[in-house]
Amino acid sequence: MQSALLHLRSEDKPVLVSAGFIVVILVLGTIYTLYTQGTAPLFSPNYLLQQLQTGAFLGIVAAGMMMVILLGHIDLSIPWTLTAAAMMATAVGGDLALPTGIAVGIAVGLVNGIGVAYLRIPSMIFTLGVDSVMRGLMVWHTGGFAPQDQATPLMRFLAAEKLFGVPVAIFVWAAVSVVIVLLLSRTAFGRSIYATGNREAAAYLSGIRTRWVIVGAFVASGVCAATAGILLAGYSTKAYQGMGNAYLLPAIAAVVIGGTRILGGQGRYIGTLVGVTLIVLLNSVLSIMQMPEAGRQVIYGSVIVGMLLVYGRDTRSLSG
Amino acid sequence: MTAMSALSTNMRQNRGLYGAVILLSIIYLIYNILHPRGFSSAVLIQNANESVAIVFVAMAQTIPVLLGGLDLSVGAVMTLAACIASVLVNGSPLQIVFGMVVTLAAGTAFGLCNGLIVVYGRIQPIIATLATGAIAIGLALFIRPKPGGDIDGDLNWALTNSLWDFVETYGLFDPDAPWFAPVAWIPVPLLIILVFGVCVWLPFRRTVLGRTIYAIGSAEGAAFMSGLPINRAKVAAFTLGGFFASCGGLYLAIQTASGNADITQAGAYTLNSIAAVVLGGTSLLGGMGGAIGSLIGALILRVISFYFRILSIDPLLQPLVEGIVLLAAVSLGAFRVLRVKNRLELFR
Amino acid sequence: MAPVIGATTPLSFGPGASPNMSDQPFLQLTGISKHFAGARALENVDFACKRGSIHAVLGENGAGKSTLIKIIAGVLEPDSGAMFLEGQQVRFSNPAEANSAGVVCIFQELSLVPDLTVADNISLAAPPLKFGMIDRRAQYRFAEAVLARIKCEDVDPNALVKDLSLSRRQMVEIAKAVGKSPKLLILDEATSALTRKDVETVYGLLEDLRQDNVASLFISHRMNEVERLCDTLSVFRNGRHVETFTKGTKTDREIVRLMIGREVDAHFPPKPQAERTAPHLQFNDLSWEGRLKGASLSVGKGEIVGLGGLDGQGQKELMLALFGVLRGVEGTVKVGEKTGAPLSPAAAKREPRRICLVPEDRKTEGLMLPMSISDNLLAASYSRVSVGPFIDPALESEAVDAAIAKLQIKLGSPQDAVATLSGGNQQKVVIAKWLMTDPDVILLNDPTRGIDVGTKQEIYRLMRELADEGRAILFYSTDYAELIGCCDRVAIMYDGSIVAELAGAAINEEAIIGASLNLHASGPEAVS
Repeated sequence: MQSALLHLRSEDKPVLVSAGFIVVILVLGTIYTLYTQGTAPLFSPNYLLQQLQTGAFLGIVAAGMMMVILLGHIDLSIPWTLTAAAMMATAVGGDLALPTGIAVGIAVGLVNGIGVAYLRIPSMIFTLGVDSVMRGLMVWHTGGFAPQDQATPLMRFLAAEKLFGVPVAIFVWAAVSVVIVLLLSRTAFGRSIYATGNREAAAYLSGIRTRWVIVGAFVASGVCAATAGILLAGYSTKAYQGMGNAYLLPAIAAVVIGGTRILGGQGRYIGTLVGVTLIVLLNSVLSIMQMPEAGRQVIYGSVIVGMLLVYGRDTRSLSG
Repeated sequence: MTAMSALSTNMRQNRGLYGAVILLSIIYLIYNILHPRGFSSAVLIQNANESVAIVFVAMAQTIPVLLGGLDLSVGAVMTLAACIASVLVNGSPLQIVFGMVVTLAAGTAFGLCNGLIVVYGRIQPIIATLATGAIAIGLALFIRPKPGGDIDGDLNWALTNSLWDFVETYGLFDPDAPWFAPVAWIPVPLLIILVFGVCVWLPFRRTVLGRTIYAIGSAEGAAFMSGLPINRAKVAAFTLGGFFASCGGLYLAIQTASGNADITQAGAYTLNSIAAVVLGGTSLLGGMGGAIGSLIGALILRVISFYFRILSIDPLLQPLVEGIVLLAAVSLGAFRVLRVKNRLELFR
Repeated sequence: MAPVIGATTPLSFGPGASPNMSDQPFLQLTGISKHFAGARALENVDFACKRGSIHAVLGENGAGKSTLIKIIAGVLEPDSGAMFLEGQQVRFSNPAEANSAGVVCIFQELSLVPDLTVADNISLAAPPLKFGMIDRRAQYRFAEAVLARIKCEDVDPNALVKDLSLSRRQMVEIAKAVGKSPKLLILDEATSALTRKDVETVYGLLEDLRQDNVASLFISHRMNEVERLCDTLSVFRNGRHVETFTKGTKTDREIVRLMIGREVDAHFPPKPQAERTAPHLQFNDLSWEGRLKGASLSVGKGEIVGLGGLDGQGQKELMLALFGVLRGVEGTVKVGEKTGAPLSPAAAKREPRRICLVPEDRKTEGLMLPMSISDNLLAASYSRVSVGPFIDPALESEAVDAAIAKLQIKLGSPQDAVATLSGGNQQKVVIAKWLMTDPDVILLNDPTRGIDVGTKQEIYRLMRELADEGRAILFYSTDYAELIGCCDRVAIMYDGSIVAELAGAAINEEAIIGASLNLHASGPEAVS
């Protein structure tokens, strides 16, 4: 029991710290609003749900990103995968909208996976190239204009409507989360991800099909990005140029703040959930304070550095 | 040890760099052939002007990459430097020089902070610089909320044209003097990047700190056991990166006579710098390559974009073609995989 | 504690004392202790070493020799105790400090930077400078001079280290150390990768250094080397310094007894009657990239076949080829009824082949060190603990507990990181991981390297048990005694092919060594 507690401590520290920080943000924000407006919207359930609704998009992207980061890789193609899925879904419309969007995600994921797993091109640079190509394809397809295709009613429902008073988007996020958690903790695929991210050579020599694992993780990331794109298009009723750009860096930050090692092999999904929540709430508090973009960026960056410093040293040191 | 075998060893070891030089030469040659006013001084000057910033940012990115890491803040530091310059680089000559010094000092200091956070905070470079990049762009936005600024006119003209114009602007000597004619056509921006590449980078590479950076990227454990100053080298790497990035920002401000704290542009510069580094023959795993290679790689990227102006390709296809070219360029490394016979070697 | 010969005891000098300089040890350690997570590497060690001597440090794997060396060389710092160099107390916090004090170590894992040149590496941390920049010409000349001193003029100082063979790299490592003009030179298994000729050169070098009044500490497992070179020997066991004595004052048997603490014989479980079973694993004419040149062998069910020979003759590549890691392997492989080498480890471990490999380096190839013991145990057997697509926690913990019990792995909890286990227990985890897959063919690549004696015994017993259950075992070992004691047959590899197969009474040290050196004559041969 004692060793289980000790074991808990190192892996859960980031989650606890992030959760603590969320409380700090909420409290500071509330102090601000009480002082300036006399209200405490941050603690109103409606407000929180609304924030989580927009957070769902980031949350889904971060979920896919986490799978890839657990392998020690990174997926820089999500901005334009997201956008492409949205544009294709709205362009196709009707009943095939969702499958088309998801198909885009799967296709991009496969390309990424093959490039990284089979051609052994560093993921940082390969997914960057794929992102560029996706952008090129979309610019070509749309003629550079904002596409006028409307989102389908289903897309709007998933993104903007409510069910039992809770935004449907949050249910979608929850569903994605359940799938990811099950995959990571209860399937051979998930265990293989951790093993491969920890030490690919040893995983390979244990008979794990490391290449398929890598492809699978990138496909998951692509599908998550596509899902987020479909939802975002539903929320905004249309797809638009550059809609994915604002999600890349926050997704990476959320995963890392949540305790997942950037080099791979370690991390729990609950950490990513908390990380996403933290970023969303931080953003919303900064909006309430009407903080200009300049201040947001500085605070955003400082929070990430600060939290990483608090988590402690990178344990893989040389002489160990 | 014959001269021939020394040469062939050198060629083998610097394959990536020489390949990049050859590629650049070929595509630039073809570009000039296709260009209606190719091989003219005006075209060369314009091309050089537009290349300086990305060249510097690529050189800045090279050094942390040699360590086996990455610096995602280079574009943002460049932008920050440009914004600072747009405020300070005007007025009396003394003020101008002061402004330039402060700009470079700011970027270098930022790089130093990056290094300290990575080394003493024990945070991985990717995520540390992701965060500090956000801070840099935020500071840039504070300084320049809207694009604008004021750069000394003479400086703007002198540094964006040929040596003839430089000499003429500052009245150094008679620019039409016959002894000067052979070099009068050289674009000043080209000279700037060559001077910095050769006079800053090459000597640094030959110091113990420079060698330590390569050693860390190649085999950090061995470097430690051999007694190399690991921490100092890592800090120096990021600091020098900050310096180069601020050089790029200073030039950009002078060239455009303004500062623009554009987050998207900063991001684009950062990502392009990574592509330039790879094209120039530096390995993302560290230990091999150099800033000169990244200089060439950046120029290759730029020349490819120049092609779009002279070829009548549907402008809508331009991003797609650029993307495919980028993807193809970085996939060059895949050939090595096909030759590997022991799969364990694929896992580093 | 036995008296330490040839060194003054620590209490006899302190500040203010004036010892007789010719008796004063160059290096003295008092009360040095070092612990790692859960393991005691060194316990209250007193040790001394004189100038002008070649001093051997002997002990089993895990006795603490490596830790001792790392402390002296500045790679590690002791938890307690003191170190004195020529009477002055010193504490090295990194190798650079040790080097400036004249203590230079040649490590087992090379300290060379592969992407730099030989000349760069020889002068790595303190190159000749001109105006603050490295003077390449002076560096080149220096490298040439040092390489000439160790008779390696054929190495090009401008060659990249990664392009050199392992043996040449080891010589460059030695050159690097010699170039620092050491007062104390430490060699940690420095001759293991060298060719015959280079080994002789190193012997000559060490003898020259002894003449020059340099102190050398020499760790090696090759008793013949130790006997040839060293004048003083120290034995370590279980992290303690047992005894130091002059050469010739103890017999080999006594030395070995000091090293392992008990009688040499009766290590090995009894072998069954030699009955040649039908071959289960067979390969013919296996060739690959010049490392395997027409190797042929067969292993039957219930047999333990040993693989012997000098290091680097293709044993590792053979196992990798059988396990599906290598591409472009020529020749035929047959496992049971299935012809053809597997294309990947995933294919090798599946039906119908069911081959498994316990790899050479458990830390980087056998285990995911930061992950839990439980996760490591299951890494090859997810399908066995799954119900449908999902892993069943009940099946999981049952399998883990069974594996821990069968191999008697000593641990705190299965959720602990496998990095916290001792070397022997880590190896047990690797073996247990594979036993969970119920393999028919077991390939073992030097499984007892770096493991304490007790665990070794358990592994020998386990191997015999597994063979008796009808599995085919191919067992590569660098230890003759193991090959002699465990194996029903021994195949000796030389230069990529199997040059001899010994069985029954023919398995003895002379035959093994003779075949390893590819000597065609039988009969006793001087080995050193």
